[in-house]
Order: sequence, then structure tokens, then C-alpha cells
Amino acid sequence: MKKKRIVIHEEYCIGCRLCEVHCLVQHSKSRDIVKAFKEERSSTMARVMVEESGPVSFALQCRQCSESNCLEACISGAMHRDPETGAVVCDESKCVGCWMCIMVCPAGAIRQNLTGTHIASKCDLCYGSAMPACVLNCPNEALTYEEVEVRD
Amino acid sequence: MQIIIIGNSATAVGAIESFREYDQSAEITVVSEEPHLIYSRPLLSHFLGKEIERSRLAYRPSDFYVKHSIRPILEDAVTAVEPEAHTIRTASGLSLHYDKLLICTGGTPIVPPLQGIDIPGIYTFTKLQDALSIERYIDDYPISRAVVVGGGMIGIKAANALMKRGIPLTMVELAPRILSAAMDEAGSAMLTQILAEHSVQVLTNNTVTSIHQSEGRFSGVTLRDGRELGAELLVFGIGVRPRVELAKAAGLVVNKGIVVDKFMRASAPDIYAAGDVAEAYDLVVDMNRTVAIWPNAYRQGAIAGAHMAGVDRADIGGIAMNAVEVCGVPAMSIGNGNVTGSEYEVLSEIDERSQNYKRLVLQNDRLVGALLIGNISRAGIYTGLIRHKLDVSSVRKNLLSEHFGLLSLPDQYRKHVVSGSSIEI
Amino acid sequence: MALSYISPQFIIERDASRCIACQVCVRQCANDVHSYNEEDGLVSSHSLNCAGCHRCVTACPTQALNVRLSPLDFRPHANWTPSIITNIYKQAESGGMLLTGMGCDQPYRIYWDHMVLNASQVTNPSIDPLREPMELKTYLGSKPEQLEFSQSQDGLELDTEIGPQLELAIPIMFSAMSYGSISFNACESLARAAQIAGTYYNTGEGGLHPDLYKYGANTVAQVASGRFGVHLNYLNAVAALEIKVGQGAKPGIGGHLPGEKVSLDISRTRMIPQGTDAISPAPHHDIYSIEDLRQLIFALKEATHYSKPVSVKVAAVHNIAPIASGIVRAGADIVAIDGLRGGTGAAPTVIRNNVGIPIEMAIAAVDQRLRDEGIRHRASLVAAGSIRSSSDVVKAIALGADAVYIATSALVALGCHLCQRCYTGKCNWGIATQDPYLTKRLNPNIGARRLVNLLRAWSLEIKEMMGGMGVNSIESLRGNRDHLRGVGLNQVELDALGIKAAGY
Repeated sequence: MKKKRIVIHEEYCIGCRLCEVHCLVQHSKSRDIVKAFKEERSSTMARVMVEESGPVSFALQCRQCSESNCLEACISGAMHRDPETGAVVCDESKCVGCWMCIMVCPAGAIRQNLTGTHIASKCDLCYGSAMPACVLNCPNEALTYEEVEVRD
Repeated sequence: MQIIIIGNSATAVGAIESFREYDQSAEITVVSEEPHLIYSRPLLSHFLGKEIERSRLAYRPSDFYVKHSIRPILEDAVTAVEPEAHTIRTASGLSLHYDKLLICTGGTPIVPPLQGIDIPGIYTFTKLQDALSIERYIDDYPISRAVVVGGGMIGIKAANALMKRGIPLTMVELAPRILSAAMDEAGSAMLTQILAEHSVQVLTNNTVTSIHQSEGRFSGVTLRDGRELGAELLVFGIGVRPRVELAKAAGLVVNKGIVVDKFMRASAPDIYAAGDVAEAYDLVVDMNRTVAIWPNAYRQGAIAGAHMAGVDRADIGGIAMNAVEVCGVPAMSIGNGNVTGSEYEVLSEIDERSQNYKRLVLQNDRLVGALLIGNISRAGIYTGLIRHKLDVSSVRKNLLSEHFGLLSLPDQYRKHVVSGSSIEI
Repeated sequence: MALSYISPQFIIERDASRCIACQVCVRQCANDVHSYNEEDGLVSSHSLNCAGCHRCVTACPTQALNVRLSPLDFRPHANWTPSIITNIYKQAESGGMLLTGMGCDQPYRIYWDHMVLNASQVTNPSIDPLREPMELKTYLGSKPEQLEFSQSQDGLELDTEIGPQLELAIPIMFSAMSYGSISFNACESLARAAQIAGTYYNTGEGGLHPDLYKYGANTVAQVASGRFGVHLNYLNAVAALEIKVGQGAKPGIGGHLPGEKVSLDISRTRMIPQGTDAISPAPHHDIYSIEDLRQLIFALKEATHYSKPVSVKVAAVHNIAPIASGIVRAGADIVAIDGLRGGTGAAPTVIRNNVGIPIEMAIAAVDQRLRDEGIRHRASLVAAGSIRSSSDVVKAIALGADAVYIATSALVALGCHLCQRCYTGKCNWGIATQDPYLTKRLNPNIGARRLVNLLRAWSLEIKEMMGGMGVNSIESLRGNRDHLRGVGLNQVELDALGIKAAGY
């Protein structure tokens, strides 16, 4: 089955971290970039992270594995597969922050969200948006949102 | 087709969700001796610690059984499995036919053979009923001190919950150090220090030798070193052993747990076992063994479920691992993180002041284990390296780097993880 | 160290109420203009090194940045302008030639802006390009004296053998920029765009990277004085060859790619040792006469079995008309002329700003001379050196060019902001650089798309202008100077351009 997924093109990542900036804004309360950074910085975080070493860099977010270790390891049932998009999403109202998902994610794409809370934080493909904020705002198309074949 | 699942926890859910991916028509019956819908046992400490409401114990939404067309038989214990006849019998007198049977009965809490442990104030801590009983007891009686017997994962989790309730604690551990199965000495020492900073009295090399009671309730213990402790609550958190009684009686091959193959098939036709009760393949130690952890339980259930539906999803094996927070400090033990010996190469880094510890164990240039305390970011990458048995000799020096990440690893592995929609390698 | 007298050219304004200290500007500036202070959590700017390339302004997610010319004023002096004074400071400090990049930035008259186009009214109908076909297709190459036909059973058959031609879907090609002067991604953007748009890009004197051979059918390969990267496969992999004699930005001057830019990839492509300076001599040392040029032209034709047109590119200089005549007589199929305002990756400022003549004059002179000599058909004429818009294209063709080369416009489409610091190798837009941190900033998928868009937009405009003039084929416009009128030009200029003044 074909699903929309974020594809990473590391050869075009310029390490600007605009993906992180806009991911943070997208997950902030106001969704206003200046407010998010100046007033809500302590209560919001980006779910995408840029890895950088020398000239090589890439923006990493949940890879949406078809056999997701985090889904198996989640003790609270917070990690679930969205029936519509097939994306692995963390229900933040259920997560207790046990960090089992962090322990098993092979990409290291899940992080502790300790900004006034205690939950696992991961990419939710900007649930409800036509295009995730990181893809939309990547200035060099190092992230693209493409139909890819996923295991049903 | 009739599917029967004995047990109602992670393994059962794994089996049901995976089975239903392939087969929507077969009838599935879940038999559980507990009266509750599927709930998460690891969350009990969070519930007892008042971090979450009871409703959040639900591991799956309340319509889970209906959505997956499950017939639940609750509050009824299976008394016999009859492999020849393909039937099971229950305490209420039911006799049910199965075409495929999954035994996921989990484990029984270990309780030392002491006199007078059936009195109020003494509890195990593995089931919802245990948590409810402890909670009620705390509500009913003033607790000036609680004793937690066992310094393993369950003991730590019980301690976390009681601390959140503001109850002063003594933890008694038979071994020379707490979390001895998960941590090495340095890790245990750091966690002991953290407990001590939170006023938890940790007594190692020690055990309860007798129980005191007053007015029919628990009132204290005598320890092996002769010390006497007054306390109103005692929680056994020693561990669990596989509940293999049914399987044994049915004539299945049982070692410590029920012996299974890579499809979770037990020794009799059409019978599967998975989860804490099963002795499945562990890829780190390269042998079958029982490992009572949640991720394995779910995955093994899913493999059994798939096979019951006629789909071969062979198990590549589990890894013993666990994550726990000790007084808010996260700690993880993955694979053979605590082993010592000349066949291993250990990379470690410790900072006692900031309470950070990392210990990586390599064997034949492969990562076989990791311990992390404090900074656990990107821990799963280590787990992935262990699972994929990647040769890390070329990147050894990066493994402990402050900026450890996928860029610390060989290009090809990184590109596979980053660009593949699946991480299978 | 003695005090430097050079003051910042730009001033960076940061709106503190909008700056979120995300440090995108810090990461995007290769000149280290912006920096983040961990202690106070603020980003600040040090404008001395600012090239005015606007990378930070464009990337800033909150539009908190602005770059302005430094308001620092010298006491006004019409003769001793700030730039002249500053140049003296620079040379007094360095003792070296001043270097620069891109085309001449001096305010010489831009004749494109003093020519206007005609349009049909009443007595001759204009054409609506949305309703009627408009032909932009252009063939470059030598055309026969006359066509001879014979009658056969199937009708008329063409007997005249026509030499190799380049077929252009639009009369615009990307002119020579070497791999080395620009990044691989920039080369690939140009190559891909040329392929999609049905035109050609030019390798410059950089050789052809193995990964670009697949665009060979849309490639013009240069043979220049350094002969870098020239071998038989190279010559045969492409659609046409071009002997580069001169470049508009630096007539009479050779080229110099410093060793630090000669990476492994570039050294392989150019066939020179890694890390050595790639020096293109000022002249071709085997061309000291028209006869010598003819030898090289035919050497190339022999090597490629007369299957490709051969172009000769020269800078527009004083005697360009007889030079072009000589080139045609030497056997060139295409003459490319690069004007005063043509770009470069690096040139001495004094040369760039003072040598050569504007392309408008050169095209007019050459077209006229070749017509007068009756040899205009023997070669196509390509105008280069600052074609900035579709109207420049139309005017160039009306003056007598068959097609134009664009390079600066193409780079601007790719992000170039004309900061003129190409020679530093620190192009923040990933174009004129080999720094792996910077080259990846130009994604060829985006680059090719932008270039194709530009060509498409221009071709729409060209058709619109042609339609207005009542011309439905670009061929009918070529050399048709009656469609041009001069505005604000004196009679000498009008005569040189071969056009009438507006009102006549």
C-alpha cells in the first residue's frame, strides 16, 4: 500500500535547522514563530533533529517503520498506528514517559519531552496538515513528502 | 476456526492484533482469571504513585474486544489443557474446543517461604488487584514506613510508587547490590546513591527472616542480620517465575519456561506459548531463555498470532532490556550490559556529579550490551546495533561521543536507517 | 598589526523584537558575519565581512534581518569617489591586483535600455501568440550558399548537403561556466535544464564530469587555451565544440583556478594534478593567426568526423567586425561574441571594468560586416555578455544575433545575488564554490526547475513581443533592425547600432 512519508535527502541538507524551527512552532500553543520562541520556548520542542558531522548533515524524524519497535515496547498503549495515515503516533494524553520507546527506536528519533511535561516526543507527521512543517519549510528540498510503498 | 488465548495482557494483544491483520473470520476467545479488561501491568506503579488515573491503565481502548471480534471469558481460570482432544477446561466448568491455542499465562510473583505472610499489610505487586489492595490499605491505615523486598525492576517500581505517596521506605535486597540482573556494580552504586538521596534506606546482602504482626496486621520484620524494622506495609517485588503449571500438566516440554520454536510453537500440535511464560530465542545470548519484559511479550504474541493465521513471521529473537526511572533519573539496561570478563571489551564513561553513566559492552567487535543512566538520548541506536550485530570496530571511538548519533556509525548503516522506510537490515 | 582603513560596506540591521536566536543566519553565512553568544542567548552581526549576498536575509524565518549599504559617508567628491578611495586602501594594504567576480559594474551606457521595439498597428496585423503558433526554433551552424533540389518520383528532393546544426527550441543557451568556477550542482542544474528546455549549456574550460556525460546531447564543450579536460571522448560526447579565444569580462587575460579549488573530482575532470593551480594562458599558444585558428577548427572537425558544428568565442573588442570575419573565413560554424558586461568567476577588477566594448555595438558591427562581405550565412552569430531579460534577447536578435548566451541571468535564477565575490570560493548560494558545506545548498532538482521556469517565462514574453510586431517566427526577426529605434542616443551611436532614432 502507498502512504505519504517523509523522505530524507542528506545530500541536499544544508544544516540550517529551519526544520527544527518550524517543527517547534507547529507544536507550540500559539503556532506563531516569534511567540513560540520568545514566550513558549520552555513548553515546546521540535520533533525533528538535525544531525551534523563535517559537511554531512540530515534532518531526522521518525522513520515510520512498518514493524515498529516502539509500538511493541510501549507499556501505556500511547504509541499507536493512526488508522488513516498508518503513521506511528504517540498519544500524549496516555504516555507516562517510561522511555521504553527511546530504548528501542533504531533511529534514535524519539526524545524525552521534559518541557513542563514528562512524555515521549516524536514526529506525528503534523497530523491533519497536508504537508509536515519540516518538509514545507525545508529551503533545499532535503526533506520531501512522497508516496512510498509501505507494508500493509 | 477457533482460536483460544489463555491470558489477557501484552502477549494476547500482540497475538490478536497480528492475527486480525491476516484473518478476520476466525473466532477468538480470550480466557483470563482476572475480571479486568486489558490493562498495562507496568503502569501499576504509576497508578499507585497517583501519577495516572485508573482509566489510563487501559492498554487498549474499551472497544478493543468488539473491534477485533473477541469473545472474552473473564474471571475464569483455565484448569486443564488437553492437547489430544484440542480442548481446555475452566474452573467454571466450561470445556472449549480450540483449533489453535496460545498460552500466555505470564509469571507468578516470587514470594519467599515465610510464616504469616497472608496477613493484611503484605502484598505482591504484579496485578491490578495488588495495586488496588495496597492503595486501600494505605488509605485505611497510617503508614510510617514500608518495606520493599527485592531491589530488582519490580522492587524499584514499587518503591517509586510508594515514594510518590510520601511513604518512607526500606528496600531489602538479598544480592550484594540492587538491580544486579540489569546493572553492573558502578550502575547499581549510582542508583543506590540516588535512592539514598531520596531517603530510601537500601539494605543489601540482606533478607527478611521473619514477619511481625500486631492486631492481625503486619507490623514489622526481622532481617537476616538480626536487625528489626517496624513497618506497616510490606511489598514483595522479588520477581516472577513463569506460570508453567498448565503446560506441564498438559505434557508440554517445559524447562524454566515453555519451550518454543521461532514461530512460538510449543511441543504439542496447534499449541503456542509466548510472553513471560515462554522460553524463546534471545539473540544476544544466542539461546532460548525466559525474559519477562513487555516488548518481547508483545512481539512474541504477534509472531504467534501471525503463525496461527498461517503467516510465517519468524522471530529474529529478543533482547533482554528494560527502562526504569529511579527517583526521576532514567536508567536503561540493554542486552549484556552488565557482564564482565576478558572476552568483552568495555567502553564506559561515568560522571557521578551529574549522575550520568554509560557502559557499552563489545564482543568480537559487535555491541552486545549497553547500560545508561541519566542521559538516555538516542539509546535505541545502541539497541539497533545490538540487534543487527553490526561490526562497530571502525567507529568504536565514536560510540561514547557526546554527539553520538547515526552519523557516528558507518555510512551504509546510517543510510539504511535514514533512507529506508523500514529498518530491516 | 597596522590598522586597516577599510570600513564595512554593508550594515546589518537585526530587529530584536523578531529575532528568535534560531541561528539560521549564523549557520548560513560562510563569511562568519553572524555569531551566537551562549551567555546572553543573542545573535549579533559583525558587518565588516558581509558580502551583501542576502543569504541570511532570505533564510531568516522571521524576516528579522535587513542588509543595507553602510551609511558611512565620505566627504562628497565627484572625482574621488568612495569606491576609488577604498580600492586604494585595499591595494596599499595588499600590494596586489584587485580581484572581482561577475560582469562589469561600472555605469557604462546599457544600449538595450536605449532601444525600443516596434508593434503593429492598423496597417499590418499583430499576432496573438495564444491563438496562433509562434516559432522560436533556431538552428545554429553554417548554412549553404543556396539550396539545390531535384525532381524525383516522390516529389522534390534536397540535393544540397547541409552541415551539422544545433537545434534550439528557444534562441537562448547557457554560456560557458566551468566545473571549478561553479559547483557540480550548478553544472548539473544547467545541464538538466538545457535538456528539458531543448537547448544547450556549455562546459567552459572545465572538462566534462563523468556524471554529466548523460547530458551530452545538450552540451557544448569548450576547448580553451589550457586545453583542460580535452580528450577524444570529451569531444565526441557533446553536441558542439567551442574554441574559447576570449571572454567579455577579461579580454586578453587568461584564467586562473587556484589550487585549493582543484579537488580530486575537478583534477580528474580537468586532467591535472590535484591541488595544482589551473592556469589558462592568455593566448592559445598555437593560435597566432587566422590560419592557425583554421587549423584548430579543422582539427576538431576531423576529430569528430565533421558531425558537430564548431564555434569560436571571442570577447567584444575594438576591431570585432574584421575579427569575426576572419573567424568565419577560418571555418567556424558559429561565432560567439561576449561583450563588456559579460560575467566571470574571477578577473582583475581593472580589466573587467575597462576592457572591451558593449555587446550591442559588437553584434551590430559584426552582423553588418558579415552581410557586407556576403558571408553572414556561413556562420551563426551568438550574442553574450549581459542578456538580462527577454527584451534583451529580442533586441539582440533584431540587431543581428541568431541566438544569445546567458550566464549571469542563469546564475541569478539559481540564487546568485551579484555580490561579486565569486573569486573567494565562499559563495553562500552554493554556486561559485567547491566547499562541500556550501555546494550542497544548490539542489539541482530545484536549480533545474528554476532555470526551466526562467526559460519558459522568457519564451512566453518573446512570443508576446514577436506577436506584437507581427512576426510569427524568430527567424524573421533576425537582423531586422527596422523593428528597433534608439531613444536618447546620439547619431554616432545610432549609426554604430544601425538603427534609426525614435520618431524616424
